[in-house]
Amino acid sequence: MKSLSEIEIISKRASRAAGFSWGIAEEIGKSVRLLELFGLPGIKNLNQYFQEINLKKFENLKIINKINKSTNLGFCPISLGVSFIDQVKTLENYKKCEFSEVRYPFLLLPFLSRGSEIIGKRILFRFANNQFLLNFNVSISSNFLQDNFLNTAKDIKISFLENKDNFEDLEWKKLYQLSEKTFVEETQSLKKGAAGAGLTDND
Amino acid sequence: MNIELRDPNIIMKLSRLGSFHQSKLSFLRSFLNEFKDWDYKRDLFDLDKNGFGVAIYSFKKKERAYSLICFANKIDDNERSDRVIATKWDAAFTLYDGSPSNNDIERLKNEVPKQEVGRLSYKELTLSRANKSIRVFDHVVESLSNGKQPNLDLLEKVGYLYRTTAVYGSGKFGLADRFRIKNREEINGPFRLEMMLVYLVRQFTFDQVNHVAKNKNPEKAVRLDLKICKNLGIGNSTGLGMAPFIVNHPTLVNNWIMCREKALKKIREIKNVKDEDADLFKECLRNSIKNITSWNTESEFQRKKIKELLKDVKKSLNFIENKINFEDEYPFNKIYLWIENETCEECIEYMVSIMMEPYEKILQPLIKQMSSDEDKYFNIPTQRTTEELRFIIEKRYSNILSIDFEKRKNQKKFWFISKNKEEPRIADRFEEQGSNLEQPLAIARDIKNLYEKLKISNGIQTIDKFLSENSDLRHVVRRAFIIEKFPYSEIQDNTISENMVPIDMLRLKLSFFGALKFDPRSDKWLRICMFQGAPLPNELKNYDDHWVYKAHLKI
Repeated sequence: MKSLSEIEIISKRASRAAGFSWGIAEEIGKSVRLLELFGLPGIKNLNQYFQEINLKKFENLKIINKINKSTNLGFCPISLGVSFIDQVKTLENYKKCEFSEVRYPFLLLPFLSRGSEIIGKRILFRFANNQFLLNFNVSISSNFLQDNFLNTAKDIKISFLENKDNFEDLEWKKLYQLSEKTFVEETQSLKKGAAGAGLTDND
Repeated sequence: MNIELRDPNIIMKLSRLGSFHQSKLSFLRSFLNEFKDWDYKRDLFDLDKNGFGVAIYSFKKKERAYSLICFANKIDDNERSDRVIATKWDAAFTLYDGSPSNNDIERLKNEVPKQEVGRLSYKELTLSRANKSIRVFDHVVESLSNGKQPNLDLLEKVGYLYRTTAVYGSGKFGLADRFRIKNREEINGPFRLEMMLVYLVRQFTFDQVNHVAKNKNPEKAVRLDLKICKNLGIGNSTGLGMAPFIVNHPTLVNNWIMCREKALKKIREIKNVKDEDADLFKECLRNSIKNITSWNTESEFQRKKIKELLKDVKKSLNFIENKINFEDEYPFNKIYLWIENETCEECIEYMVSIMMEPYEKILQPLIKQMSSDEDKYFNIPTQRTTEELRFIIEKRYSNILSIDFEKRKNQKKFWFISKNKEEPRIADRFEEQGSNLEQPLAIARDIKNLYEKLKISNGIQTIDKFLSENSDLRHVVRRAFIIEKFPYSEIQDNTISENMVPIDMLRLKLSFFGALKFDPRSDKWLRICMFQGAPLPNELKNYDDHWVYKAHLKI
């Protein structure tokens, strides 16, 4: 088994060799490491992507807008991902962003995951019937269970989810009431012995 | 009194970093301190009469165990090489997480001796190999087998029986990634497991030499005297592989040096020094002169430095004994200010290290701050402006901005990774091919390029916009924001200049390891000695913490 450290270093060096700047190569190394840490096919996608960019030039998206349409062969996931983490604090104001075609969407995932940590909000990434929920760069939940390879995602939707409970108030109350059963009812004598008892705070 | 931390523009110059010495902050000393109450055991010693076979040593505490597995193999003299191109070694080692099963040992027997071309697993933490110092090892075997102790002159000249030629950790060749173990309290300090490996290897070398001598002449052989063992260390040959580490781990390097600087600041701020602390400082300083006079090297570069050091340490000792009254206020500050003005860089840093000896209480909390969660500082704060970035560069890289990179001499060298061994190398940009594949280690040059771009950029532009047009500068934009928070994170010098001495970069790291007796073999590699004078494993429960200044084979 390859260690994550090996995965990061080799991905970084390979990215440099594929023509990316050292700074971008560092980002790719970290991202592929993250994908593999989450059990997603980072090395596989990066390899395929590098083979394809030898033949085709994907579109770099330097400034991300609310709606982004690719005019050519689809967006490069690396360029898009780097722009995303660089601009994520602005992008969250849009609440949602759309992209018409993104190549190798798995390679975009770790950037979204890091973006989720930067802004402190969950990010929902959707295309076709697939959903990925990026949880503050701690985990990725998904309904995507297939082993097949995705080299293109047509209509991508990215939503910045507001921080709110994903349970009802009633559910919380029920659980809270149950937790109260670990508390001890205070008698008068216990109250007298509590910290600060008998003192006033008017000093 | 509030003493300022020393200026990074002085401390982070290569010549100063190349003058650093071990101290109580050094990793091998903090390792010994951390593991002193662990149970040490030799679990297996299955060597043939020539000393070839398997041995296992462990440290255990409660449920946790770390086991060094040693594989000693026969190699021909003409196969023995300290260079990274070697493929065979006298012994190969791995530190196993736990107690290995027989299956583990069998698996590792096939992998560990292959080193870089073998595959390790997440159960192995560090990997290393070592070669005998043949003249010393053979002499010791010969002497012991004839019932005599070895010649101390020879031992003192070399200082060890074996020298390691690489120690790998942190995920290399399949070893466990750092994240798997980083929350263990006992290894909350840099390179602690690498230090454990080297320390246990030292014990293996003594056991092996005794075993071979005994088998050679069972009737007459004696064991190597324990005092001699204690005053032998383990050698190490180190080349350029270590240099990029210093550049690639800015926050970690900052934390090492910041702790050293904070320690010095606190010591200089001590108003009234206790008699016993003053006495201990003077005793260590006096004893340390033997460390200098027994420091052997054939390197003219180092000999000159040692000569200067010896002269200045004697001068300092004279000053301290005749002009410093430890009953006056702030005596360490007075000493520091004097040495800064009156002595060479090598001596200044030597004295700084010795000043730390009495101050366990100051150092212990700092040792816990010497690691770094580097990923925390990886993201670039892209909402900030180019003007802010320009200010950071002007403040933190002021000396670097004055370097003229148009001059050939200031960009003469380039760093690259060799295809043959995947190791860092340095070459002449104007005479060798390959500079198009240069590694990103020319930070000074790239920072200057960034600065030139920032000067003509719109100051209110945010970094995300700047980066969208200047992707080639992304790696240094990241560094500049790191140095804003971590002032000692960057070498304040030109790592590609004609005059750059690569071993200065190695010396920085090795001094924090706790290495002694730096012996440069060229400007690109050197030999050192580790753990010379350190307590033996069965002495750990009660040892003299100032052993470094008492390590002498000959009294």
